[in-house]
Amino acid sequence: MIPLSYYLVLSAILFACGVTGFLIKRNIITIFMSIELMLNGVNLSFVAFAAKWALLGKSNPLSGQVFVFFVMVVAAAEAAVGLAIIIAVYRTRETLNIDQVNLLKL
Amino acid sequence: MTPNLHLWIIPILPLAGAAINGLLGKRFSRQAVAAVALGFCFAAFAMALWIVAQFSSLTLPHLDPPLASWLRSGDFNVNFSFAIDQLSLVMLLVVTGVGFLIHIYSVGYMWEEGGYYRFFSYLNLFMFFMLTLVLASNYLVMFVGWEGVGLASYLLIGFWFTKESAAAAGKKAFIVNRIGDFGFLIALFLMITQFKSLDFSHVFGLITQHPQQYSVEASGAGVLTAIALLLMVGACGKSAQIPLYVWLPDAMEGPTPVSALIHAATMVTAGVYMVARSHLIFERAPSALTVVAIIGTLTAFFAATIGIAQTDIKKVLAYSTISQLGYMFLACGVAAFSAGIFHLMTHAFFKGLLFLAAGSVIHAVGGEQDMRKMGGLWRTIPWTFGTMTIATIAIAGIPPFAGFFSKDEILWRAYQANWIYWLVGLVTAFITSFYMFRLWFMTFFGEYRGEAEASHGHGMAGEVPAPPGHGHGHGGIHESPKVMLVPLVILAVLSFVGGWIGIHHHFDNFLVPVFQSSAIAATTFEGGAATRGDEEGPGLETTLMVVSVAAGILGFLLAFLLYNRKPELPARIAASVHGLYTAVANKYWIDELYAWIFVKPLIAISGVVFWRGIDQGVIDATLDGSADTAREVSDNLRHMQSGNLRSYAGWVAIGATAVIIYMVWVGLRTP
Repeated sequence: MIPLSYYLVLSAILFACGVTGFLIKRNIITIFMSIELMLNGVNLSFVAFAAKWALLGKSNPLSGQVFVFFVMVVAAAEAAVGLAIIIAVYRTRETLNIDQVNLLKL
Repeated sequence: MTPNLHLWIIPILPLAGAAINGLLGKRFSRQAVAAVALGFCFAAFAMALWIVAQFSSLTLPHLDPPLASWLRSGDFNVNFSFAIDQLSLVMLLVVTGVGFLIHIYSVGYMWEEGGYYRFFSYLNLFMFFMLTLVLASNYLVMFVGWEGVGLASYLLIGFWFTKESAAAAGKKAFIVNRIGDFGFLIALFLMITQFKSLDFSHVFGLITQHPQQYSVEASGAGVLTAIALLLMVGACGKSAQIPLYVWLPDAMEGPTPVSALIHAATMVTAGVYMVARSHLIFERAPSALTVVAIIGTLTAFFAATIGIAQTDIKKVLAYSTISQLGYMFLACGVAAFSAGIFHLMTHAFFKGLLFLAAGSVIHAVGGEQDMRKMGGLWRTIPWTFGTMTIATIAIAGIPPFAGFFSKDEILWRAYQANWIYWLVGLVTAFITSFYMFRLWFMTFFGEYRGEAEASHGHGMAGEVPAPPGHGHGHGGIHESPKVMLVPLVILAVLSFVGGWIGIHHHFDNFLVPVFQSSAIAATTFEGGAATRGDEEGPGLETTLMVVSVAAGILGFLLAFLLYNRKPELPARIAASVHGLYTAVANKYWIDELYAWIFVKPLIAISGVVFWRGIDQGVIDATLDGSADTAREVSDNLRHMQSGNLRSYAGWVAIGATAVIIYMVWVGLRTP
């Protein structure tokens, strides 16, 4: 039996990778992928806790898994909309460098 | 049950005039401004007359119920309250009466000046404070008036504030007065600790009821002497006595009606009034009384000698005022308070008249104040000449004019106290007569020495609408309009007959209820001087009277000889005593001396310590430093808000990390 902390550490590493990528990368698609990475890091800790509680015999052992499904659905929707936006941006501006798409900045 | 006279209305009336003219006067026509100022001033005068009409039915001193409580701390209590007795009645009549006449005169004199409404607003404001001073029933309300007249004086001296000398003179007057006020304030503090009250009735009651405690030998006497001396410091400042007289000659920078009202007739006599009002304190402090007498005598003599060599007509009158104020203090110093107040009153008449007439002369010759450029004016301005003659004779102390009676009484009482006072006073009377007739001859006789076509106007002439009855051209020398001549004539009549109420001691007897203990004081503390005088009887008094009249006439003859018969002689005399003449003409370099001893070191210290050290080093540094720090910090923080979304996200990440680290740390510490 792998201890819970292993999952949580992996989850934290995944999340930190996502945050780092989000902050330092300039390409919109990479940033997009970093967001997915963060979401999946969180998903991992959800399922890890769900498994733990199921083992301990708590009620509603599936709530963690259910959350993961919600997150995945949202992520899928986000991917659909986000990729569409990215394509639109690329068509109009012919770049995916985020520093050149900062029209809303003051 | 004494009736409520509502004395507070008297000072409030001019204040209302000042407020109306000051706040709204800019839109008024000149006629309206003059009407408002004169109306309220006359209302105060009328009310003073109404009080005179009721005077016999009053129990004196009459104390009006207090208007409101001002300060209350434990058993110490000060009210806004007003009172009247014989002394304040005399002052009240002088202030409102002469003040009203000078208001009328100003209507004509100031007609062509800019800031007409401002002038009358200040003038009414002065009346308000002066009446507060006179009618106050405790020292604190008196002090309000005292400071207020100083303020009004400052505003009016600096009325032509674009002229640098006028602005500087205003400042000088104010600052020198502050030195005196400082003494006055400390005297008030001592009074609070000693008597737990500032009410005249309470303080004087305590002194009279506990003669042992406040007698000369007892411990309380030291405090009384200190209070008296500090009050005298205040009086020296306000009434321009040595060593604080230096502001008054400079105060002549103000318009001439101001010099007449404030710096001759009323404000400068406030010190005399205050000393007379506090006579009970002074009587219990004989050494302070001696100081008053000596300061008065010295000032009278000293200022008179300076007056000889002045060439500016107003400066002569200014030094004459200082000298006459010295007489009043001499009178107070020999415990002849009623004589001092008598001289105050007659002086208000003839010195007010002298200034107004001098103003009329200045007006006539187009703003020229130098007597060397006048001369032969008696033909062209006969009314001014006539009134000025009366005033000159009055101040020279020649009977039956007003100045004779009051000056003679002072000299007589001074002789009773100490013959040295009398001798110096007599010499001063001679010098006074000499320089006043010198002024008279130089101004009105001989040949006209000014330029023929003098440009008209004094000070900052504004746009010039013609005043009533003044429509003629301004080319040559011309008599003043009627509105200026009428006050001159009235004051001339007063200068003529004003002394007659002193015959047979009517004036003395009128003031006896106020000063009843002064006779006792004189016998007790002056070593029986009064009794000695009485023994020698009226024969000596007559002799002294003749001597003082002779001194006055001698002064006239000398002036006649030097400035009419042999006008080349003064220059030769001046050349023969060159050193002395230069000293006198330069006012003994007192201004330079003060500048060297006090002003320059103070400016130097202020420059290094107060300005660079404290103001810039501490106060500015603290404020600027905190402001700079705030700006630097926010300048740095500003970079956080770059508009770059990813840097925001970075801050969020850093924040989240910090929170997590904190949580972990807390979790580790809790077992």
